[in-house]
Amino acid sequence: MADKENIMENQVVGAVSTAVNLVPLAKALAIGLTGIGAALGIGMVGAKAMESIGRNPEATGKILVPMLIVSAFAEAVAIYGLVIAFSIK
Amino acid sequence: MTNNNLENNTVVKEISHEVTIYAEPIFHIGNFQITNSLLTSWLAVLVVLALALAIRLKLKKIPGKLQNMFEVVLEGALSLCDQVTNDRKLSLKIFPFIFSIFLFILINNWLGLLPVLGSIGLVATEGAHSFFVPFLRSGTADINTTLALSIMVVIGSNLFGIIVVGLWKSFNKYVNLKALAEIPFKIRKDPSVLIVAPITFFVGLLELLGELAKIASLSFRLFGNVFAGEVLLVSMGAIFAYVVPGPFLFLEIFVGLIQALIFSLLATVYFTIASQDHSEHDEHEHKENQVLASV
Repeated sequence: MADKENIMENQVVGAVSTAVNLVPLAKALAIGLTGIGAALGIGMVGAKAMESIGRNPEATGKILVPMLIVSAFAEAVAIYGLVIAFSIK
Repeated sequence: MTNNNLENNTVVKEISHEVTIYAEPIFHIGNFQITNSLLTSWLAVLVVLALALAIRLKLKKIPGKLQNMFEVVLEGALSLCDQVTNDRKLSLKIFPFIFSIFLFILINNWLGLLPVLGSIGLVATEGAHSFFVPFLRSGTADINTTLALSIMVVIGSNLFGIIVVGLWKSFNKYVNLKALAEIPFKIRKDPSVLIVAPITFFVGLLELLGELAKIASLSFRLFGNVFAGEVLLVSMGAIFAYVVPGPFLFLEIFVGLIQALIFSLLATVYFTIASQDHSEHDEHEHKENQVLASV
C-alpha cells in the first residue's frame, strides 16, 4: 500500500517538474533560507558586541577581533547554502 | 555577435564568459590536467619562496624594512597562537605549520583578485561552444585545494596528538575502551558507571564523525567564501565595469584575510585539542568554550 502511494507521488512530482521548472526554485530556496539563519546569527553577535562596547568603550579593540571571527563562522553556514545553490543543475 | 563576413567567408562565434564551479583545465601533462587554480597555487608557492629567500639571505641584527615588517607580523601571529594554546612551547612547535598554511591561503586568495592579470587567458572550444578560460583563478576557489588543505589539517592534528600524547590515549579519544575497561573497578564506588561508561563509549564513536564534519566544514567554508567572492566580482563587473566593482574588491581583500585567519586559527585549535591529555576532561571543555570553536 505504501509502495503504491510512493509511486503515485513520484508520478505527480515528475508531472509537475515537466510542466514547471523546479530548479530555479530549488536554488533560490537553498540560498534564501540559509541566508535567513546566517543573518539572524550575525545580527545577534553584532548586537551583543555593540552592547558590550557601550558598557565598556575601552574594550573595543579586544571585542572587535572575536566578533569578526564569530561572524565569519555564522556566515560560513550561508556559504554552504550558496555552494549547494551553485551545484544544483 | 555572429558576424557573417562575406569577404573572407568566416563566421566569428561569440565567446562566452562562464563561471564554473570546477576549475577549468589549461593544458594536460599526459593524463593529468593542469587547471588555472593549480597554476595560481604554484605562483603562490613561488611568491612565498621569493619572500622567504629575500628575508633569509639578508638576515641582520638591526632589521631592514622587509624583515621588520615580517617580525611585527610574526610577533602578532605568535601571540594570537599563544592565546589559543596557552602554552608557549606548544605554540612554537606548531607555529611553522600554521603560519605556512596562513600565508599560502592568504596569497592564494589575494592572487585571484589581481585586476589586470585576471583577464589574460585562452579560449577553449568544446564542439560548437567556445568560452574564455582565465589563467589566474584563486587556488582556493577550487574545491580540490581546500579539501586537500583540510584533510591535511585533520590528519595532521591526529598524528600530532599521537606523537605528543601517545597512541593509546589518542585511540581512546575515539574508541573509548578505557571507560569500558574501568567498569569493574569503579562499580563499587559509583554504580552509575554502568550507564555512563557505555554512553561515553558511543560519544567517542561520534567524535569520529566529528572529524569528518571538520573536514567538510573547513573546506567548504574556505571554498565557498573565495568562490562566491569571485562570482560576486564577475556579476558586479557585468553590471558596470568601472566604479562598481571597487567596494566589492575591498570586501574581497578583507574576506580573503579573514578566511585565511580563520582557517589557521581553527587548525591551531584542532592541534591544541589533539595534544591535550584526555584525562583532564574539564580543561578540554573549558578550552573549547574559550576559543569559540564551531564544529
